[in-house]
Amino acid sequence: MYVAVKGGERAILNSHKLVAEERRGDPAVPELGLAQITEQFRLAVDRVMNEGSVYDPELAALALKQAQGDSIEAIFLLRAYRTTLPRIAVSRPIETAEMAVRRRVSAAYKDMPGGQVLGPTYDYTHRLLDFALAAEGETVPEAEQAASPLPETMLPVLDILSHEGLIEEEVADREGEPVFDVTRDPMSFPAGRDQRLQNLARGDEGFVLGLAYSTTRGYGGSHPFVGELRMGEVSVEIVPEELGFPIDIGDITVTECQMINQFKGSAEKPPQFTRGYGLSFGHCERKAMAMSLVDRALRCKELGEDALYPAQDDEFVLSHTDNVEAVGFVTHFKLPHYVDFQAELELVRKMRAEQARVEPQEAAE
Amino acid sequence: MTGDYNFAYLDEQTKRMIRRTLLKALAIPGYQVPFGGREMPLAYGWGTGGIQVTASVIGPRDVLKVIDQGADDTTNAVSIRRFFERVADVATTEKTTDATIIQTRHRVPEANLVEGQILVYQVPQPEPLRRLEPRETETRKMHAYGEYGLMQVKLYEDIAQFGHIATTYDYPVIVNGRYLTAPSPIPKFDNPKMQDNPAIQLFGAGREKRIYAIPPYTTVKSLDFDDHPFTVQRWDGACALCGATDSYLDEVVLDDRGKRMFVCSDTDYCGQRRAAGHVGEQPDMDDALEPEAR
Amino acid sequence: MTLAFDSAGLGPGFADPVFDSQSVFRSVLNAVAYPGAIERLAHRPGAPEGLDPAMASVVLTLCDLDTPIWSDAALSSEAVSTYLRFHCGAPLVAAAADARFGLIGDAAAMPRLDAFAMGDERYPDRSTTLVVTVPSLTEGPQRQWSGPGILRRRTVAVAGLPDWFWADWALNQGLYPLGVDVLFACGDAVMGLPRGITVKE
Repeated sequence: MYVAVKGGERAILNSHKLVAEERRGDPAVPELGLAQITEQFRLAVDRVMNEGSVYDPELAALALKQAQGDSIEAIFLLRAYRTTLPRIAVSRPIETAEMAVRRRVSAAYKDMPGGQVLGPTYDYTHRLLDFALAAEGETVPEAEQAASPLPETMLPVLDILSHEGLIEEEVADREGEPVFDVTRDPMSFPAGRDQRLQNLARGDEGFVLGLAYSTTRGYGGSHPFVGELRMGEVSVEIVPEELGFPIDIGDITVTECQMINQFKGSAEKPPQFTRGYGLSFGHCERKAMAMSLVDRALRCKELGEDALYPAQDDEFVLSHTDNVEAVGFVTHFKLPHYVDFQAELELVRKMRAEQARVEPQEAAE
Repeated sequence: MTGDYNFAYLDEQTKRMIRRTLLKALAIPGYQVPFGGREMPLAYGWGTGGIQVTASVIGPRDVLKVIDQGADDTTNAVSIRRFFERVADVATTEKTTDATIIQTRHRVPEANLVEGQILVYQVPQPEPLRRLEPRETETRKMHAYGEYGLMQVKLYEDIAQFGHIATTYDYPVIVNGRYLTAPSPIPKFDNPKMQDNPAIQLFGAGREKRIYAIPPYTTVKSLDFDDHPFTVQRWDGACALCGATDSYLDEVVLDDRGKRMFVCSDTDYCGQRRAAGHVGEQPDMDDALEPEAR
Repeated sequence: MTLAFDSAGLGPGFADPVFDSQSVFRSVLNAVAYPGAIERLAHRPGAPEGLDPAMASVVLTLCDLDTPIWSDAALSSEAVSTYLRFHCGAPLVAAAADARFGLIGDAAAMPRLDAFAMGDERYPDRSTTLVVTVPSLTEGPQRQWSGPGILRRRTVAVAGLPDWFWADWALNQGLYPLGVDVLFACGDAVMGLPRGITVKE
């Protein structure tokens, strides 16, 4: 077998070694273990699982370690690994009403059945660098337990509004209907809500956040209230063909945001609130909230609103959310383009030469 | 050999999906067939479409050649070749004539291809109308009705403004008299090679999730106007190494005062010619041209 | 598991699914790229009675749970249906127009071409691919084929087709870029007839 080996190949191999060296850093410093990453960099792990579309904290931790903590590189690693995994089963929809809630807040109601649960959040930390953390070995304060456990089922806050008909009905249970699969089907437009939500769920947090922000600054006419934001564990069930009944295959942590939006109503519909929905793996509140705002903006057509702004344009939004695609294409411009550049050089020289021939004549005329 | 991965990396279901897409692509020359592109272990924009096509086509008896800018030794070509050596354990070559599959970025090899050979193009943007109309819903309609006036207008505006069609690469073609098609960013110099080529030409756009094809012996016409017929690039000089005057030349800058020379972009073509005794004006510059990448 | 089905009269499928289907695919790719050329298949799976080996190869190579299949009466035996379901997991559909692949065991009695999906203007690829078993690829009436994949023209003599077939084909070709695509299957060989091919006497 003839295998081409040239300088390029040696350079590539060497660059891999350099990366390995940089990744390890000073060998005198103890190496990071995956458990340290899953336990102590949990929010980074959650983002990688979310946008990598694989719920596996250990694999996400490995990806982060391999990528030197670069989340987008880690997301890419996880996505590429995902390609090789067989699909064994399709789960039933998760029931977030039955979530083992660790955090639940509503901006719409001061109190509601089940109550507000602040839980672990940076919201009210003062963003002061905690120099005590720099000194390792600090004892960790223990949070107090509530006097009574939370109820097992906490109905979504938005159900309270729906009793009065003040908010649009949740789409009826469509289990069993075919669902778009963003991991297998090429995007098509106009996109259904299934395609939009899947795309946003794995979309780049920064991009979705920016779009969400734009909808609240006049580029989308959004007047949102967080109906409810909840985070906790839900169980995942599958129904094996041979059994015919659901079995629990494990718990995952998810963050869900139900955003309430104002809606004036139309000839057919009385005024009522509308919904925007966000869901993410792990504890990713920013992402879930941003997603719910963009989801609502993208529903403009079905609600009879004019689509005037970028966040309301499904082709624009869905085509540019994916950071694996975006990074690949933006960075490919550093690949050699000698041939095309040569073609452009030839043309520019030719056009300049022609212009130089024409201009002196014009001056003489 | 392949460790934890299937032969040629992709699972069999994905290969079947891509194979079905390829057959429809050949049946409708130049039409972009949407396919369920997968994430690959190489970055989007770096040849994932071509890689998925090659991975779905390649078998243990194939001999693979990978080129980027016409050269076998550019880093991305080396990287893709290594990928297939690793996941498919196939033989590789630099000789165009020995290859059964040639994956390419930005060039069509100078040597004539033959029946049975497969040329796989890496395509960054499969939609020739995309820069003129960003919406897929619109461009799909234009293809459905064969309405390509937008492109004609763009080219004509070039002529009005510059006196030339100012497109030098990825120059749009009409395939089999029907579909406006992007030849990928090959220089327009290579466009005529696509017409009636005996080989099978397959195009993969991974990020955009499109596959298209030009079957052998198919008409591929570069758009032009009666008063501005299509022409290809020509150089005054010849390749400094092999003396070729019929190949696409790359410009190499020799010093910081603008001194330069021209050499064949197709490294195999140049090498074959030199092996056959052809000599250019600066044959000893070869070493200077291939400084070891560091 | 395969053995258990074998004892029920099922063929075992490909000996090596990964490499055999790759090899068959390349033959099919060549068949579609060079219409009218006879492509020999190097690998054939075991197949039940009534299922042409070349057709079995094509189906195992290209079909799976994502490709609804329609098959004619000649292929409706329990053995063939079980084989298709077991080896490809492909759903069998009752309406020809719903099928991605239409499998014809008896060409003489096949449905008219317009019974199958033609694709639509925006997605002409969404049309049925017909796999038609024929008794011979060389001993039928001679026709002149031309179009993409053929240098000038090629004389082809597929046998066993119904009288109306080539008239229907002219109509199908007139719909280009819409239309069905055909693969002829015959023992150890396949031949492609994609929609862009013009056929004359």
